[in-house]
Amino acid sequence: MAVTLSLTVNGKAVRTSVDPRTLLVELLRNHLGLTGTHVGCDTAQCGACTVHVDGHAVKSCNVLAAQVEGATIVTIEGLAAADGTMHPMQAAFKDCHGLQCGFCTTGMVMSAVDLVNRHPKASEDKIREELEGNLCRCTGYHNIVKAVKQGAAAMGK
Amino acid sequence: MGANDTGVIGQSVKRKEDVRFLTGAGQFTDDVNQPNQTHAYFLRSPHAHARIRKIDTASAKAAPGVVAIYTGADLEGVNGLPCGWLITSVDGTPMKEPPHWVLAKGKVRYVGDHVALVIAETANQAKDAAEMIEVDYEVLPAVVNPADALKAGAPQVHDEAPGNKCYTWALGDKAAVDAAFAKAAHVTKIDIVNNRLVPNAIEPRAAVATYTRADDSYTLYTTTQNPHVERLLMCAFVLGLPEHKLRVIAPDVGGGFGSKIYLYSEETAMVWASKRVNRPIKWVCERSESFLSDAHGRDHVTHAELALDKDGKFLALRVHTIAAMGAYLSTFASCIPTILYATLLAGQYTTPAIYAEVTAAFTNTAPVDAYRGAGRPEATYVVERIVHQAAHEMNIPQDELRRRNFIRTFPYQTPVALLYDTGGYDATLDEANKMADVKGFPARKADAAKRGKLRGLGYASYIEACGIAPSNVAGALGARAGLFEAGEVRVHPTGSVTVFTGSHSHGQGHETTFAQVVAARLGIPVENVDVVHGDTGRVMFGMGTYGSRSLSVGGTAIVKAIDKIVAKGKKIAAHLLEAAEGDIEFKDGKFTVAGTDRSKSFGEVALTAYVPHNYPLDKLEPGLNEMAFYDPTNFTFPAGTHICEVEVDPDTGVVHVVQFAACDDFGNIINPMIVEGQVHGGVAQGIGQALLESCVYDPKSGQLLTGSLMDYALPRADDLPAFKVGTKVTPCTHNPLGAKGCGEAGAIGAPAALMNAVMDALASTGVKHFDMPASPHRVWSAIQAAKHA
Repeated sequence: MAVTLSLTVNGKAVRTSVDPRTLLVELLRNHLGLTGTHVGCDTAQCGACTVHVDGHAVKSCNVLAAQVEGATIVTIEGLAAADGTMHPMQAAFKDCHGLQCGFCTTGMVMSAVDLVNRHPKASEDKIREELEGNLCRCTGYHNIVKAVKQGAAAMGK
Repeated sequence: MGANDTGVIGQSVKRKEDVRFLTGAGQFTDDVNQPNQTHAYFLRSPHAHARIRKIDTASAKAAPGVVAIYTGADLEGVNGLPCGWLITSVDGTPMKEPPHWVLAKGKVRYVGDHVALVIAETANQAKDAAEMIEVDYEVLPAVVNPADALKAGAPQVHDEAPGNKCYTWALGDKAAVDAAFAKAAHVTKIDIVNNRLVPNAIEPRAAVATYTRADDSYTLYTTTQNPHVERLLMCAFVLGLPEHKLRVIAPDVGGGFGSKIYLYSEETAMVWASKRVNRPIKWVCERSESFLSDAHGRDHVTHAELALDKDGKFLALRVHTIAAMGAYLSTFASCIPTILYATLLAGQYTTPAIYAEVTAAFTNTAPVDAYRGAGRPEATYVVERIVHQAAHEMNIPQDELRRRNFIRTFPYQTPVALLYDTGGYDATLDEANKMADVKGFPARKADAAKRGKLRGLGYASYIEACGIAPSNVAGALGARAGLFEAGEVRVHPTGSVTVFTGSHSHGQGHETTFAQVVAARLGIPVENVDVVHGDTGRVMFGMGTYGSRSLSVGGTAIVKAIDKIVAKGKKIAAHLLEAAEGDIEFKDGKFTVAGTDRSKSFGEVALTAYVPHNYPLDKLEPGLNEMAFYDPTNFTFPAGTHICEVEVDPDTGVVHVVQFAACDDFGNIINPMIVEGQVHGGVAQGIGQALLESCVYDPKSGQLLTGSLMDYALPRADDLPAFKVGTKVTPCTHNPLGAKGCGEAGAIGAPAALMNAVMDALASTGVKHFDMPASPHRVWSAIQAAKHA
């Protein structure tokens, strides 16, 4: 009883068939080999699995693959330019030491890009409030907040 | 700093590892897949304590996709998981070590204990089949609190440990302490609980075990902080495999904080089973499983007393602690509340007499082991809370009382076994005072009062023993392993370098810091140095990363290997330059005949070593590859002062951390950016413990009540302030880098600083103490209780 799906992932058309209980994150990781999207919890709290669905940050562990039929998905693998040049937000995370172990990082960056798309001039308080759905155990968020600010400025240029 | 260091030391070089993590190209264990792999699921005990009458796996074995199901009875010949540290009780008897079976035999002892391993074609099939296993449990009474566990009549966790006592251990001169108390002008007493924590690295544990029949060998990818230790323990102590037949790879590991040091049941059972099913087996822990089964941290119940003279000089400290071990002894559990705890009770102070007695208790909970700081946060919490309270009672300013007791002469032998090599406690306190603008605090407090809020300032002047450890000292204290580190420096023919280290990086940035050390010493660009870690197949040996040891111990092993490279390079250069070896100097990447301009570059010497056409082959082997082991001669002693400022809303009990300033002395610093990041992360975990986190088991049923991220409050971005961090430097005197370690300081200083700030804020309400975390309910209740007292 497989479900057949058509969607766009990182600019490529994907047609696949999955077990109905397959989560979007499982589709990305296990079927499409996009292992940059991580699973850190089972209650949609940590945000490590955050991807963009039709331009909005979504926790891909909390969505069935079947729900994204026809959608346009961007994962961390689709964020940098084709020649490998990092997205300004990725570059800002590196520049500000906004990551340590790197596990929450991919979801954090995807959330940060969405945050800045919605609030291009977010204050520090706003950034902290908006990052509420992404847990990081390494950085204490200090440098993540700094990176989001710097990334926002770079994205605005 | 060595003579050959270049400007790259002390620079915030951007991290070499970041691009792969930022682009989704990291390789974590869950990203590893093997052809034809199966998937594992562990059936866990739903009860805190029960006798297993019968396990029926028949219908589960017939479920779709099931490959095999194993229970404790199947693991014939497999030993229990070992504990790496023998603690001897005051009566001379060894600690009680009941068997810690890989899969439960006869009884389960905590919710989450391992009952069966189910292997199936898919993870869902394994999970579905596990639900079909019928286990007949005789549920037994459980005990979850370590103090309750020691009471008469408490449920017995193990027959082998009467009264649930693992050991009662003591350190210090009891008679001297009693004598000092007898003449004290003032005695401060405190009863405190150090709350149980769940480490919660964001990457859950995972493993992929593969057996290769052709050569009877195994490969294990797993989330470990110390792959060689994992291999040693699993092979030599549990499965009886020769070590060369098991390759352990810890690829990118998503945070550890201690929880990934230990040998766990899951990967051990999988390696064993991989041969039986002759297929690769993959397992990825779910977060709720990780709450149940990762080793937890802290969980102490302590009574402490501090004796002071009339001027506030500390005369003696007396500490009684009950520490939870959980249901079984995890790999290093026994040394945490003893060797890494009581030895730190001198803190930064000249307290001449200290006596500590620690009783370790088995409870029906997940095992407790090292979590970031490991014993040292608990010690700091005891010392700094009681010092805070003493200052309050004697009406002496917080910083002043600390200053009156600071150690100022080094080396300093404490009454609790440690020899501090160096430190500068006034400097870090003074700087922290400046960073926190303590002078402006009265005005801020007055302003808060106008808004109906209570402001408080809290100090923690902590010390830690890092650079674990001098093997002979550790051995004398009960360690069952050496604690050196290994490093290998492989110079390639064209002069670029690959470094192999036994340390493991799971966020600490070793690939960058270690490359800086090598680049500086060899006078080559950082880009020309790559660091390999986490693979027993590539790195010859290692003890791994914990206890803030990587740079001071692992980095020193690399420095020693570099010294050998330079020594050999001098011989080669002497030959090429037709000079005496003793006349060759190495500086800035060049071997020069002293006092001349005749020189050979590092690259030329490297090439000559591999293309030895003109080479003293009769006296020297070709090639340029050196390894070294380094065993430290002492611990290192990072120390500092953290100052937390809070604002409490007395109507709601909400505590707002408005400022956190940390001034630390980590010795010499290679990469300030990375060091600051370590402090930020440590402080966040310390604030987490004091403000938000607490692992709670139901006292009757033994069920874990905080079993998900919806129930257990990890700090989020809006719970924390921006941090002010600074450093002062007194270089470590006994390693060539002068490094002390920085990974745990934040988690050590922050809980006491925060709770002291809360108590300072609440001083006017009459509240003196309550236990962490300072949740709104606890704060509000404490205020109400004080009102009605």
